[in-house]
Amino acid sequence: MKLTQNLSLRFKIPLFTAILILVVGASVTASLLLSGYTIFKQDLLLTSKNMGRIMGHTLTSALLHDDVWKAYEIINTPFSIESEENSLQASAVLVLNSQQQIYVSTNPSQYPMLTDPSDSDPEISQLIKRINDNQKKPHFYDDRTGFKSLYIVTPIESDNTLLGTLIMVYPKEIFINRFSTVVRFAGITTLVIIALLLPIGIYWGRRAAKPLVELSNCMGHIGSTIPHQMDCQIIRYQSKDELGQLGQQFLHMVDQLKEKEALEQQVLIAERMAAIGRFTAGIAHEINNPLGGMINATSTLKRHGNHDPVTVKTVNLLERGLVQIKDIVAALLVEASPETHPLSRQDIDDTLTLVQQEAHSKQILIEWNNQIEQQIPIASTLIRQILINLLLNAIQASPEKGCINCQVLVSRSLLIMTIINNGKAISEEQLQHLFEPFSSDKEGGKGLGLWVTYQIVEKLHGDIQVSSGDMLTEFVVTLPFQEAA
Amino acid sequence: MTRFKRCFGLVILLSLSFNSVGHASTEQADRTIQIGVTPVFLNYQTSLLEEWQHYLQDRLHRPVRFVQRTTYKEITDLILQDEIEFAWICGYPYLQFQNQLRLLAVPLYQGRPVYQSYLIVPAADTTTTSIEDLQGKIFAFSDPDSNSGYLVPQYQIQQLGADRNKFFRRSFFTWAHEKVVEAVAMGVAQGGAVDGYIWDTLAMINPEIIRNTRVAHKSPEFGFPPFVASVNVAEESFSAVQNVLLNIHKDSEGLSLLKRLNLDRFSIQNASLFDSINSMKKVLEQQ
Repeated sequence: MKLTQNLSLRFKIPLFTAILILVVGASVTASLLLSGYTIFKQDLLLTSKNMGRIMGHTLTSALLHDDVWKAYEIINTPFSIESEENSLQASAVLVLNSQQQIYVSTNPSQYPMLTDPSDSDPEISQLIKRINDNQKKPHFYDDRTGFKSLYIVTPIESDNTLLGTLIMVYPKEIFINRFSTVVRFAGITTLVIIALLLPIGIYWGRRAAKPLVELSNCMGHIGSTIPHQMDCQIIRYQSKDELGQLGQQFLHMVDQLKEKEALEQQVLIAERMAAIGRFTAGIAHEINNPLGGMINATSTLKRHGNHDPVTVKTVNLLERGLVQIKDIVAALLVEASPETHPLSRQDIDDTLTLVQQEAHSKQILIEWNNQIEQQIPIASTLIRQILINLLLNAIQASPEKGCINCQVLVSRSLLIMTIINNGKAISEEQLQHLFEPFSSDKEGGKGLGLWVTYQIVEKLHGDIQVSSGDMLTEFVVTLPFQEAA
Repeated sequence: MTRFKRCFGLVILLSLSFNSVGHASTEQADRTIQIGVTPVFLNYQTSLLEEWQHYLQDRLHRPVRFVQRTTYKEITDLILQDEIEFAWICGYPYLQFQNQLRLLAVPLYQGRPVYQSYLIVPAADTTTTSIEDLQGKIFAFSDPDSNSGYLVPQYQIQQLGADRNKFFRRSFFTWAHEKVVEAVAMGVAQGGAVDGYIWDTLAMINPEIIRNTRVAHKSPEFGFPPFVASVNVAEESFSAVQNVLLNIHKDSEGLSLLKRLNLDRFSIQNASLFDSINSMKKVLEQQ
């Protein structure tokens, strides 16, 4: 039982379909055969009884006139007519006289004239007992078990006087023979029907099971995470039935799960970035206060202090170090400068000029597509900073003689900047921490460029997306702005 | 009345075909010649009778009808009552009513106007050589008016000095010679008496039936069953029919009929041909 319970639907449905077809086929055949057998037997009895009545009636005059030959010809009629359907023929017909001796029979060698048949045939002997017990109307049939034959007994009467008895003997094999023909026919028919239905049933069963099995396989792939590429054949199952609906619901659910996961990922990154932001800002502020003091102190020292060479050298060294710290802290504390002018087409084009030198050194081609037509009410300084950062990053990431595409356009109160380079792909691991400060592994950088960019985008309530493949790495920055009334 | 109507109807039907012949007298053409036939030959060959009927009609230019009955006696009664004019009967009834019947023609079988009575037994019985061996058995006769199928075995039993009524355990009539063969072949009877001519003919045309029988004894020869006419038949009709029968072997159609009948031809014989039957008859009548 456990085995069938655990069996795959792929086999279970076709198997049960096949069993169902076999059981239905067998039971229908069996019931037909049973009713056929009953009808067949009743028919035989009725036919034989009628034949017995007709013969009995005809035999009356032969017995009355003691015409043995006429009696013989009457009982022999069924045998003398060549019939193709011989299977229903009696094996013998006997006429007994009133002393229960053989008057005449169709099998004189077995039942010779004027002999007592009960001497040689125990079955007839029992019949004769029954005839004697039932002298008035010995009209009956006898097919009791144990008898080799079925007997139909008809009285031969004239004016209520019993002249003799007609006994028709049917071998029981004729039932079996005749019925076996019916059984064979029914069996062949059933087999043909089953042979036709079984492949259809199995095919249908497999078809019905297939989407379920696939659905189950697909569900099996979903664990703690959802793979990006799910090979679900269930998409192919386009029907509108419950299975089709189930498939569609499943796909819908997978999509929603994917969305949810992506959202969670984004929220996670955003939260981390915010935490880092707060953390760095806190540190930067804590550093900035003593730093300001120290820079003031070194400035005072330089102006009014002892100007011996060692001191001057040391103070300069201190000053440079402090300024460097100030720069880094300033970079960490991205401050918006709202007082800058609105963004114009020229502001964008200027950034190209600024990075051109760097690009030339690596023979990188920059495809420039600036679609800004009019001024946009957005801080131009910050936009330029974002663009320069992203372009310099792209140049660094590109190989020698590489190619960079930069597109800036406006769409429905959104400024969209897309920078694509054909450098090597950023790994999944790197992508997770790409915008964090000091995360860069590239040589000669502090890894603050993308951090700053991210901070600016955040300040401007925009969005920055990265996708990286084998051939292309794409940064898309989307920034909203208030359209001029 | 009914019979008259039937004959009248037949005349009208047949006269249509005879008008073309033309040269028969109208008086004769009105009368149908009726010939009674008994089971002295294989009278279940209906097509043979039909062929023969056409043959006779063509030659006599008169309608001819064969009348068949179950028993010899029925045919004998018909001719004695002048219901029919001619009949093919056994020598035994001829002798019984010799003064009311005229010998018309006697068939020649194997060149002679004689035949035998055969005592037949089932083929499985290889010991019986005479009727004596069948005492206490079941026996099939053909017809009580048959010479070969009744008179001969009765005479033989009488000659044995036995009681004819108690000799067999049981005996019965089958009313036709080929049925005696059947009764013996099927084992209904353990012995039977049949017309030798019929047995031989059956052996030729239907050997299946006689296969299960064996001829245990053949009797002496007796006069072959003759064609007879009522003494009241007009001389003209008598000689016309006699003439056709006597010349039947002279044309191909007639020869084909004779071949089917397994006969050679017809002949005129003296009543003394049946003397041997007559003497048996007398012996049995004395008892």
